[in-house]
Amino acid sequence: MSHAASVHSLWTMSADAPQKIPAPHIEYAQLSPTLIVLGAAVLGILVEAFLPRRTRHPVQLLLTCVALAAAFAAVVALAAGGYGTGKAHAAAMGAVAVDGPALFLQGTILLVSLVAVFTFAERRLDPAAHGRPVDSFAAQGAAVPGGRAEQDAVRAGFTTTEVFPLLLFAVGGMLVFPAADDLLTLFVALEVFSLPLYVLCALARRKRLLSQESAVKYFLLGAFSSAFLLFGVALLYGYAGTVTYSGIADVVNGNVRMLDPALAATTGNDALLLIGGALVLMGLLFKVGAVPFHMWTPDVYQGAPTPVTGFMAAATKVAGFGALLRLLYVVLPGLRWDWRPVMWGVAIVTMLVGAIVAVTQTDVKRLLAYSSIAHAGFILAGVVATSPDGVSSVLFYLGAYSFVTLGAFSVVTLVRDAGGEATHLSKWAGLGRRSPLTAATFAVFLLAFAGIPLTSGFAGKFAVFKAAAQGGAGPLVIVGVVSSAIAAFFYVRVIVLMFFSEPKEDGPTVAVPSPLTSSAIAIGVAVTLALGVAPQYFLDLAGRAGVFVR
Amino acid sequence: MAFPLLTLTAAIPAVGAVATAAVPAGRRTAAKWLALAFSLATLALAAVQLVRFDPGGTSQASSSGGAKGPFQLTESHAWIADFGVRYELGVDGIAVVLIALAALLIPFIMLAGWHDADPLETRSSRWRPTQGFFALILMVEAMVVISFEATDVFLFYIFFEAMLIPMYFLIGGFGDGAAEHGEAGAAAQRSYAAVKFLLYNLVGGLIMLAAVIGLYAVTADQLGTGTFSLQEIVQARAAGKLDIATTTERALFLGFFFAFAVKAPLWPLHTWLPNAMGEATAPVAVLITAVVDKVGTFAMLRFCLQLFPEASKWATPVIVVLSLISILYGALLAVGQRDIKRLVAYASISHFGFIVLGIFAMTSQGQSGATLYMVNHGVSTAALMLVAGFLISRRGSRLIADYGGVQKVAPVLAGTFLVGGLATLSLPGLAPFVSEFLVLVGTFSRYPVAGGIATLGIVLAALYVLVLYQRTMTGPVKEEVRGMPDLRARELAVVAPLIALLLFLGVYPKPVTEILDPAVRHTMSQVHQADPKPDVNDVEAAK
Repeated sequence: MSHAASVHSLWTMSADAPQKIPAPHIEYAQLSPTLIVLGAAVLGILVEAFLPRRTRHPVQLLLTCVALAAAFAAVVALAAGGYGTGKAHAAAMGAVAVDGPALFLQGTILLVSLVAVFTFAERRLDPAAHGRPVDSFAAQGAAVPGGRAEQDAVRAGFTTTEVFPLLLFAVGGMLVFPAADDLLTLFVALEVFSLPLYVLCALARRKRLLSQESAVKYFLLGAFSSAFLLFGVALLYGYAGTVTYSGIADVVNGNVRMLDPALAATTGNDALLLIGGALVLMGLLFKVGAVPFHMWTPDVYQGAPTPVTGFMAAATKVAGFGALLRLLYVVLPGLRWDWRPVMWGVAIVTMLVGAIVAVTQTDVKRLLAYSSIAHAGFILAGVVATSPDGVSSVLFYLGAYSFVTLGAFSVVTLVRDAGGEATHLSKWAGLGRRSPLTAATFAVFLLAFAGIPLTSGFAGKFAVFKAAAQGGAGPLVIVGVVSSAIAAFFYVRVIVLMFFSEPKEDGPTVAVPSPLTSSAIAIGVAVTLALGVAPQYFLDLAGRAGVFVR
Repeated sequence: MAFPLLTLTAAIPAVGAVATAAVPAGRRTAAKWLALAFSLATLALAAVQLVRFDPGGTSQASSSGGAKGPFQLTESHAWIADFGVRYELGVDGIAVVLIALAALLIPFIMLAGWHDADPLETRSSRWRPTQGFFALILMVEAMVVISFEATDVFLFYIFFEAMLIPMYFLIGGFGDGAAEHGEAGAAAQRSYAAVKFLLYNLVGGLIMLAAVIGLYAVTADQLGTGTFSLQEIVQARAAGKLDIATTTERALFLGFFFAFAVKAPLWPLHTWLPNAMGEATAPVAVLITAVVDKVGTFAMLRFCLQLFPEASKWATPVIVVLSLISILYGALLAVGQRDIKRLVAYASISHFGFIVLGIFAMTSQGQSGATLYMVNHGVSTAALMLVAGFLISRRGSRLIADYGGVQKVAPVLAGTFLVGGLATLSLPGLAPFVSEFLVLVGTFSRYPVAGGIATLGIVLAALYVLVLYQRTMTGPVKEEVRGMPDLRARELAVVAPLIALLLFLGVYPKPVTEILDPAVRHTMSQVHQADPKPDVNDVEAAK
């Protein structure tokens, strides 16, 4: 509360004496994960500017990996230092929370990003062009697809090593997003991680028009959702006279403090609260791809370079659900009876639409996109449980799901034909005959998506459904089980295709990846099985991290 | 710490599966022998279980109400504390016998399918169907064994569900329908059967998952900490600490029963079985019906009746009707089949009807009969189906009309086929007769009309078995059948022990019933714990 109060005093003081603004107190050590990542991103830009072209790739890769690993070490150190439990508080004058859920989610995002970097850096999948190895990204992002400039760039062997700093900026934003403890920080973090993602989506080396189209769609819809969110922030400020979570929660709970005479007419007006809360929720639900804000997901997942899709599908979801959890559990718990029915509806529709529409998909990336929508629904079932169990089950689910997703998209990058990745499902026929190991790996990920026991998907699904059932959301569990059954159908269909169909004559080949992608896939499989067979340690971790700081 | 015999019995085939799968592509025969060795080791461990299991110990522990409970050779370790899940194993008489049955049948299944998975082409050095086939069988065995051993509902559920994956690959990946539909057509049929199998069972399993979660929510609500331990829940209910509301209990019961009824399979959830058994190779068909499906009926006894006794009694009339329909419907459709394997599949549906009828007749004889029936049905179906598989492999057709006069060219094959068939129709002197008789007697004493209707199933069984034999084995020798070789040594080694077992258990079932009966009595006491029915006590007193 003291921090919230200090913010208020800042406001009132500035009205009285504008020349005396005290310097804000920033706990640099506690913000170190974010600072390391953003600092490395800035360094990465300097590398782009000053290092010769051929040394950039290894330097960027090293810099990114070191930064992410160091940030993860910082998260672990903070958690070990008790900031996840006893010393949890809101740092940076109440703008950023340092507590269990924030550290857990930051750790997850950092690990996922570290693995995603491996797939970003993969340069052995396509044959080398003009004597230079090529990766998944356009030779020159600004060149017109198919134009003269692009041909020149390809011939010169350019590579877009800017993807690494872009990734780091996105990660930096994602680290703040679930920790944001006031609405403005939330909005800034949202933009910091969204903008690099829009750019990354447009950078596919193959099928560039599709990639750029996806980026435009993502950007336009993302801009809309940002606008909604910002409008919601404004209304909530009008309602509470503050943008800090704890300050708004106080007003929701009835402790109205007149702060600004200009707001006297609106403070405590429930209409503002309800509309503002709904708009902010909409912005967050857009980011996690919940129905009816899911329209962008299939197009963007399909068009974006597959490593970016994998990163986005895994890390954005973690960050988005983290922010959603904090908003619902810290700001709006007093309003539970108003938002729960709505979130019930969203969860039910998301599960069903994701599962049902996925059945008709013929493209592997679109299929995974709809599957991610269905999974967003499952996670929402845990979110509406409104209990510490619900929080920890969602945390666990996010950790489990993100590695499965990343692994699955990494496998997608391997299956290629002359036109790049062969994502049409018909081309995957008989893959199990030609490359049993690749097909078996993908099957493991699909089974985890389907929630078959002994995979992490089952443990996660069980955790959220258990929390939902105990939270009195029995019908949600039933719908979840029904959608799981529908979803199982299309996961199984892909397995059938891979193992029981005859391979096509002109079918795709499986590229032999470098150790980078191999290790990304191996980590995915290992985490999937480990969390399936022995989830207790991670459940404990998530369970200890289940309490938000107020 | 005690020697973890139960864990080991499940772990050996699992290790075997991994080892077999790792054998290089060129060493197919070595892989087969390795798998067989692992299955024999499992059989040895199952035999050790039988020896160390004390049939008398069960009744003592349960009658004295001691903390030991009905399970023996128990193991208990913490596993996922957050879900209240423990790694708890234990066997009662029913489980130990069914484990022995599974462990006994697996080596025969492997021997019978010795050449089923030899690849036609050896071009690819990475495609290793043979290793896969044997590894998958071992994997299924491991999961079946642990399902029989698990006394924690969650642990059971995990393996009950995970079992589907290797089964799915066994059904979809290997088959013998190439002669009729061509290779592509057969593959399509197979994958259809495999998907149907998986989806039916997965949906059943997911509905059970909802019930499992519901059970946890109830126990967490009332006991403070949620638990899945069968023992704990049963004891808590007996002590009155856990009071599940009637509607809740019924809903949970239905969730569990639905999954087991799909697995068993019970009409109208049976339609996956004829497809799966028809398209799979004969050994895999035996694996489905004689080993895997037993988990369904076993789980009805262990989980449905013990966890939800009141709801079980509530649902009994409907389930008795469903099982009667299964008996008659399965038998009638078996009469009308043109495909040998589908005929056996429908016959199995009929027999599963008898098993479920025996379980839910709620009499000691009925349940004794049903548990004994599980064993006998496993052995007799294995004998009939495996011989049918040998027959089909010789002619390359599953259609009954393609055969005729086989007994003149292959008398041993025809003879063993007849014995298998006669066992299926419950001829006195062969094992299934004893169990079918017990089921019928048990049903008569409670539901005379149902018992009468069930008897019709026996008549129809005689019809479909004898007509099958007449059409395929007797009559003029068909052109394509001429020159058909008789059973080879390997095939004889599969069939002869099974037939010997059928004869032995038909004449002297006591060794098995001695182990089964105390467990059955315990289950009965669980069901009637709260509301003893006078007529059942009369039956028990009469014994």
